[in-house]
Amino acid sequence: MQRLFLFLYNYRAFLTFLLLEVFCGWLIVRNNNYQGAKYFNSSAAVSANLLETSRSVHEYLNLKEVNEVLAMENARLQKQVEQYKQSLYNLDIRQSHDIDVLNQYNFISAKVINNSTRRFDNYITINKGLKQGIEPGMAVIDNLGIVGKVKNVSEHYSVITSILHVNTLISSKLRSTGDLCTTKWDGIDPTMAEVLYLPRHVAISIGDSVVTSGYNAVFPENIPVGVVESFEKTEDALFYSVKIRLASNLNKLSYVYLVKNNMKIEQDSIQNITFEK
Amino acid sequence: MITNRLIIQFVSFFAYVLVQVMFLQNVVLFDKSFCFLYIAFLLLLPVDMGVIGLMVLGFITGFTVDIFYDTLGIHAASSVLIMFIRNYWLNMITPQGGYDSGSMPSIELNGWQWFLGYVLPLILIHHIVLFYISSSGFGLFWFTLSKALLSTLFTAVVIMIVQYIFYRKRIT
Repeated sequence: MQRLFLFLYNYRAFLTFLLLEVFCGWLIVRNNNYQGAKYFNSSAAVSANLLETSRSVHEYLNLKEVNEVLAMENARLQKQVEQYKQSLYNLDIRQSHDIDVLNQYNFISAKVINNSTRRFDNYITINKGLKQGIEPGMAVIDNLGIVGKVKNVSEHYSVITSILHVNTLISSKLRSTGDLCTTKWDGIDPTMAEVLYLPRHVAISIGDSVVTSGYNAVFPENIPVGVVESFEKTEDALFYSVKIRLASNLNKLSYVYLVKNNMKIEQDSIQNITFEK
Repeated sequence: MITNRLIIQFVSFFAYVLVQVMFLQNVVLFDKSFCFLYIAFLLLLPVDMGVIGLMVLGFITGFTVDIFYDTLGIHAASSVLIMFIRNYWLNMITPQGGYDSGSMPSIELNGWQWFLGYVLPLILIHHIVLFYISSSGFGLFWFTLSKALLSTLFTAVVIMIVQYIFYRKRIT
């Protein structure tokens, strides 16, 4: 027994080293899971407050640009409202009867207080949380296209896994033909992404837009993902290799919208029942 | 004297970490080059400090930075690693006459050539471990390596500048 203690004492430095590294490894693995560590991240009160302060300084620098974008968005929304008003005259009255379908999606706007785009796993912190009805798994978009998914939520802040994250997969489709595919970031350029599993027979061309498919109850249908920048069809591959330019500019993110799908539970549960049988 | 030194270390811990998370977190040069100045705090801990104490401090510092970077464990792991090898490396490059007890391995101790030789390999190891863990594998080998090398340069330059501004006055 004494020998054991002597051994432990002699190698105490190395053993402490191993212990700390194993603990770090456990943290890394746990944090990589979809809804991992809840308390130690940038949505915690102290760190989020600090980041918000530092962000408020940055904000003055691009105030003008943000204003312009918001004004543009206002104009676009105004136009859309007008269009819907017009089209409602001819709408089948039975279709608009189901209030649940009409109100399927709620939009909550939030301010970005921390953002990164050049790392391998990028996260965004926003200034709304549990109190404002944010839940893990909600979709995040801005006025140009998709941004990411909510990962962790605290009382007043939340952390978003941005689309620039090696583990984020977005179920998407080609707008022109409707063919299903998956969008994934390649880890290098924060303005580009790859489209996977697009079958060879599909006719695509440069400039086609890729949008969300709406198949997974997170993102609503037809939110822009990106525009095809280049594509290649190699001899022996089953799928195209396609590069798209992302629709939203994540470098200049300042305001985002969180999408709450009120029928998510219903859609998920009926899908689960089908898969289980 | 000892409490005096403790206070200095305590203040410099907060100074380095605050600068890191509030300012340097948003700085990227050439899309690839990051600056992790906070490891200067670890590298400048007194030479006669025990390796266990170093590793615990490395863990705490890395963990604090991780909270703000949303990369739980990654900075902590690489900081603990360089703290583990730091004393071996210091023993290898002992200058003539050895170290005075309690002295900081800073630029005032032995001039900038010695200091650069001391910090550069440790920064390199830290950054290589950091970037390969966060890219989760060797999939993007050359891209990751270029990121690590450029960041090493950036961090080293900033550490040298900080040395000349804050640590030099005691030379004369």
